[in-house]
Amino acid sequence: MNLFDILGPVMVGPSSSHTAGAVRIGRIARRLLGEGTPMRADIALSGSFAATGHGHGTDRAIIAGLLGMNTDDERISDSFAHAHEAGMAYTFSRVKLPGEHPNTARLELTAHSGKTLSIIAASLGGGRIMVREMNGLRANFSGDLPTLIVQNLDQPGHVSDVTSMLSHKGVNIATMQLYRDHPGGNAVMIIETDKAVPAEGIRWLERSEGITRVTFIDAE
Amino acid sequence: MAYESLGELQNACRHHDIFEAVLESDCVDRGVTREQSLTQMRALYGAIRRSKEGYDPALRSHSGMVGGDGAKMREYVAKGKTICGEYIGGVIAQAIEMGESNACMKCIVAAPTAGSCGVLPAVLLPYQRRENLPDETMVKAMYVAGVIGQVIASNASIAGAAGGCQAEIGTASAMGAAALCYLAGGNAEAVCHAATLAIKSMLGLVCDPIAGLVEVPCVKRNAAGAMIAMSSADMALAGIRSAVPPDEVILAMREVGEKMDVSLKETGIGGIAGTPFGQKIAEQMNLEEED
Repeated sequence: MNLFDILGPVMVGPSSSHTAGAVRIGRIARRLLGEGTPMRADIALSGSFAATGHGHGTDRAIIAGLLGMNTDDERISDSFAHAHEAGMAYTFSRVKLPGEHPNTARLELTAHSGKTLSIIAASLGGGRIMVREMNGLRANFSGDLPTLIVQNLDQPGHVSDVTSMLSHKGVNIATMQLYRDHPGGNAVMIIETDKAVPAEGIRWLERSEGITRVTFIDAE
Repeated sequence: MAYESLGELQNACRHHDIFEAVLESDCVDRGVTREQSLTQMRALYGAIRRSKEGYDPALRSHSGMVGGDGAKMREYVAKGKTICGEYIGGVIAQAIEMGESNACMKCIVAAPTAGSCGVLPAVLLPYQRRENLPDETMVKAMYVAGVIGQVIASNASIAGAAGGCQAEIGTASAMGAAALCYLAGGNAEAVCHAATLAIKSMLGLVCDPIAGLVEVPCVKRNAAGAMIAMSSADMALAGIRSAVPPDEVILAMREVGEKMDVSLKETGIGGIAGTPFGQKIAEQMNLEEED
């Protein structure tokens, strides 16, 4: 762990995993949806999040993150009222997610445009998080680095399309993951980079045949 | 890179101030400049100072078990009849206030965790006031506190779920002891022994929060952690050394954490959580969770 994993985060209590991590889960979902505050959020808590989440403010923390608040925002404890003001509807339920980390939540979001997003994300401790699934496909990213997520049909050439574009734009790849649901089905590339991917590169990918959805979040 | 043992740290400090040694390792570890690292640490110390001002004695925690005790302690200290004296009374009050702020969803700085966030502010803020030290000196002490936490994290644990409360309040206490010893002029050897003496005093402490909430007994243990940090720093400054080498003590901490029963590692089952009172609160909380 680095020095600032030991000292920090600056956060609203009571728990770095159940409160600060939960804010970050809400926040990364908002960033991945990419359209500001969602119109609606359906949130399912699993494991220890379900068992002690209310007492730790996990529910209020996730809503705060969805509203764009940071871990040190003292409005977190009052986030339900802020959601009401912002016109964001939400529901909470419990779910069993076998095999997932004990502190896990599933978020299903709908934007005002009708765009939807679903993620499963875990709070790993000390406020650190990991997105474990996005739109039904496996994932492993934290959002700490600029992250490009390309969903495509599982057919030859798409990895090359994406890496060529990044090479052309001078963007270095830090890590890269590939997943698919079944051969010839839906696939996803998750690429963490050392700098932001230019908007025109993203637009180019969006126009490419066989690529179904492109999401980019810059480092915070 | 980050130091992995206190022996390695002491070697690096033969020709170096301990603060400089840690700052340099942070720059290499994270690929940042000295100024970037220092800016981040100044912001963190600033957040600790602000979190002190955020204390509100009227707030109560989710379960209702926590709140208002920090103010109670301050009133008592103000009457001038404490057993520990005014200074230590103030340290106890500060530790409790910070733990209460955390439980009541106010802003704090995890050091190393949210549950143990009261120890470092409780030993640093009153000392800074008494000695009239500039913030820049306190920022240096934060590096010294941080490296102790790093070495413990890499050889044992700083998570209650993995190593019990010795890993949380115990680590915070070791970090506080090291920071105080450094501020009072102790060299790297004294700093490492101050941390070690604190760990030895906290060894075996279990993580047994009622209903799994960071409330009882967490808040008041911050006061105990601060007391042990102070006594350990003073012993080390007096020239007292841990008979057992520091790195061996950290490995003992790891072994104790591994042997600790799972019911005593943040599961809300054993210890204080397992008392009839603790179980009753847990049942009430469970009913509420189900609503």
